[in-house]
Order: sequence, then C-alpha cells, then structure tokens
Amino acid sequence: MKVLVPVKRVVDANVKVRVKADNTGVDVANLKMAINPFCEIAVEEAVRLKEAGIASEVVVVTIGPKASQEQLRTAMALGADRGIHIETDEELVPLSIAKLLHSVQEKEQAQLILLGKQSIDGDNNQTGQMLAALAKMPQATFASEVKIEGDALTVTREIDGGLQSVSMSLPAVVTVDLRLNEPRYAKLPNIMKAKRKPLETFSIDDLGVSLKSHQNIVKVSPPSQRKAGVMVASVAELVEKLKNEAKVI
Amino acid sequence: MAILVLAEHDNASLKLDTAKVVACAQAIGGDVDVLVAGHDCVAVVEAAQKLTGVRQVLVADNAAYVNHLPDNLSELILDVASDYEHILAAASSQGKDTLPRVSALLDVAQLSEVIEVVSADTFIRPIYAGNALATVQSLDDKKVMTVRTSAFDAVGNDGAAAAVAIEKVADSLSQFISQSLTKSARPELGAASIVVSGGRGLGSGENFAILEQLADKLGGALGASRAAVDAGFVPNDLQVGQTGKIVAPDLYIAVGISGAIQHLAGMKDSKVIVAINKDPEAPIFQVADYGLEADLFEAVPQLTESV
Repeated sequence: MKVLVPVKRVVDANVKVRVKADNTGVDVANLKMAINPFCEIAVEEAVRLKEAGIASEVVVVTIGPKASQEQLRTAMALGADRGIHIETDEELVPLSIAKLLHSVQEKEQAQLILLGKQSIDGDNNQTGQMLAALAKMPQATFASEVKIEGDALTVTREIDGGLQSVSMSLPAVVTVDLRLNEPRYAKLPNIMKAKRKPLETFSIDDLGVSLKSHQNIVKVSPPSQRKAGVMVASVAELVEKLKNEAKVI
Repeated sequence: MAILVLAEHDNASLKLDTAKVVACAQAIGGDVDVLVAGHDCVAVVEAAQKLTGVRQVLVADNAAYVNHLPDNLSELILDVASDYEHILAAASSQGKDTLPRVSALLDVAQLSEVIEVVSADTFIRPIYAGNALATVQSLDDKKVMTVRTSAFDAVGNDGAAAAVAIEKVADSLSQFISQSLTKSARPELGAASIVVSGGRGLGSGENFAILEQLADKLGGALGASRAAVDAGFVPNDLQVGQTGKIVAPDLYIAVGISGAIQHLAGMKDSKVIVAINKDPEAPIFQVADYGLEADLFEAVPQLTESV
C-alpha cells in the first residue's frame, strides 16, 4: 500500500510573527522555517505504517518555493521514501493546493493520503477535506488513532466534546490531530541518507492544472492589544477587583 | 440574495452556535435560511424556527444524516446551494469537517473562522494563531465560510419561520461506529460565561479537582492548555487554544498556564482575564487584567472559599 503525505513549509511554531508595517502581510523574511507540526505527525504515522509492514512506500509532496525542498528532506530523514516538489512562489489558497495534490494523486494512485489537519500559518483546516471531495474519497478528519486491516480503515476522531469512531474503505483521506503520535527526531545517518533519496520537481504547468484567482487579501493587520493589567497582592484583593471593578462575579 | 446556515445540533437540541452563525449571516444581510440535517430531530427544527430573523428552516430528516457524516452532508448542501450566495457553518468539528468539501465541489475557496463581516464579500479572519488579522475579499460567486462563534452574539428566539422538508438522500462513503462524549454537569466550554483553565502547573490530573471546585462554585466551565492535555491530565475536548476551542467568556481564569502563543490564541478575546502563576515571568501575565503571583495550590482553594 502506498501512502501519500502532503507537507507544508511554515514559520517555526515557536516564532512569534509580526505584521509588515505596510499591512500587506506577515513579515516572514529571515525567520526560522520548519515543517508544519501537523504535517510532521502525518509523516510519522505513515512511517510507522511502513515499519508495521502495512505501507509499502511513503511519498511526501510539497507545494511551494525552492526552499520547500528542505522540508521534503526533513520528511525523508524521518523515513519517507521519496519526495515530489511542485515549485511555485505564489501563495495558493487551499482549494488550489487540493487541485494540485489531486493531480499528483491521479498519477501516484496512493491508497491512503495522510495530511495535517491544518497549517499553523493560514489556520485554514481545508486542504484534506477538499482533496477528498475532488478525489471522491471518504475522509476522516482530526484523527487521534488510525487502524488499517486489509482495505478497511478505522479512525478515532477528536470532535467537539469527545471522540468519534468511523470506518471506511481505502482509498481514503485522513487528516491528523496532535495526539495521533509523537514524531521522532531524525538521526544524523538518516539525515545524510535522505539527501540521496529521489526528489522530483514539477511546475504547475507540468501538471496541467489550471488554477483560478479566488481571493484578494485587502490588508493584514495586527490584532488589537489588550491594555496592560495589574498585579494583585492577594486572593482577597483579586476577589475585590473581580466583584467591584470588573463586576464579573 | 439569500444565506444558508448549517445548523449545529445533536438531533435532540439545537446548539447555541447556530444562533451565533445566524447573527453573522444577518451582519452580511439578506434572507437567512437554516438547514437542519439529522434524524428524529423535531425539537431541533422547532428551536431553529424560533431563531430571530430566520426566513425558513430546511429539514432533511433521514437516518442517513443522523451522525452528520461529511460526504453525504456536503452532497445535501450542494443540492440546495444554487439558491444561496453565502453558505455558513460554525467553525465546529462538524463545520470544519463538512464545509471544505462543499467548497471544493462548488469550485470556490472557503473562508475559515470568520470573526467580522466587512461587507457581503469581504471578511476578517485570524491567521498565524491570531497574531495577524487578514481582511479577505472573496472573488467567487458563492461565499462558503465557517464562523468563529465566540466573535458573534447569538440572535434571540422570537421568530416563527416555516419548516420545509427536503427529500434528497445521499449515501455516505464512511460509516459511523461509535461516539463517546464527555458527560459533564458544567456548561459547555464554548458557551460558558466563566472558564477556569489549568495548565502544566497543576502537575497531575487529580489536582484538577481544585479547579473543578472553583469552576463549580462560579458556575463556569473547565478548560486546559495543550500542555495539560499532552501530559494526560485531562481529555483533549477541554483544550483551549489554536488547535482546540476558541473561547471568549466574560471571565477567564488561567491557573498554572505559562501562556504560549498557541494558548493565547484561544482565549485572548475574553473580556476579563485572571492569571494565577508562581512564575512572575510567565507570558500569561502580559495579557491578564489581573495577575496573581502565587502558589496555585494555596491561592485556588482560597479563591474558591471567597467567591
């Protein structure tokens, strides 16, 4: 069984971003970049499926600028077998990403597509569901447990208020949540080995996918800052403030 | 111009989220219809009919829709989509699961977690865990969007909309097996006016008992940081943050939470924030209206005593 894992290059989760002074976007120049944390969990799950003898090949794919190849190499150092890079400098909406991934899937014919549930930059939480719709596949979003027996897939999903278990036949799309697994650290020999793993590059034109313009970013602004609060010296003072000043209890 | 709102419910009762999404729809302007897809959900339909300002309630009452599986639910929405310029749902697990499928099938982009309506085609949504707000103009003929319900006040219940049955039944590609929802007498996180949240500082799941006592005394909900969830202290459905629940209660009490940006993303729009932490350098104090540098194991029981 082949597993396809789309991954995204994002600003590292520990970096606090700033809005550009001209309000055209977020300033990402010279910031530390990383593989999106949810995508990393998807890669880890795919690699574990391979180690368990369920998956035969793990293919990672990314869409983005030249530098996104670093994230493909990271994924291959974690255990993915090969990488596909669709090179573009354009900022694409999730629907366009899903169309490009659909085109890759038509060629790869993976039985399972594992993705992060959202990227921590756009916070859209759309790509996996859109890809499933385009590929006419069932989906299981926000997975905290994935079980595969033959072509039967059972997924535990994290939903509002608890957990839900669903089943479906492969091929299917699964988007992963934080508690699915804890990704390993890449070992140095594996990082070296990943440099020699196959990596194909395509342009959007190569894939023959025509994309539309869907949105216009009017501006990007910083959120309003909370006014500075006060430190209180005791629980008694806190209760007094909450009752008489804030009037919330 | 008409707007369709996907109802949020468990077949027994309509969730308050729906009334908040209707409020967002009214801010856009136009006729607002609510779609109730479920099974044996008469009480839900009746509650939706009462929502202020709703024109009609579309009802797909069929066993196929009882568990809100995303593929047939999106087919159902697609079937009525031609009548609407906007299709809205709460940014809940159901809305997030279903609406992107609808968008893709309509070949339009989706706007996620809308917090403000600028005009009928322009909306504000947070990006980068709320560290930036993007004003986005949709160029598509249909606007499909999920709504961050904590940003809108629920409409009232003095309406009397007609209910209209729709017949479309689609088979699902996936099957529901089971569901386990956390049962609690406390209010839901998203709907509570007071939230008491704990972090890694609590040290163990057992120690959350002191927060439960405070939450119960205040009639509030219980929440947690991702660190507390990852440490196994409490289940994930209590998580407040970028990837958990987004809340904006009147009072948010953060106990033993350092205040990572991912957590702040989930609670910084609360009206009043209280932080109790023994580390004076904890970033949570920078967003707190009232900070108390103290040992939580002494301060929280005291607080429970005195409120």
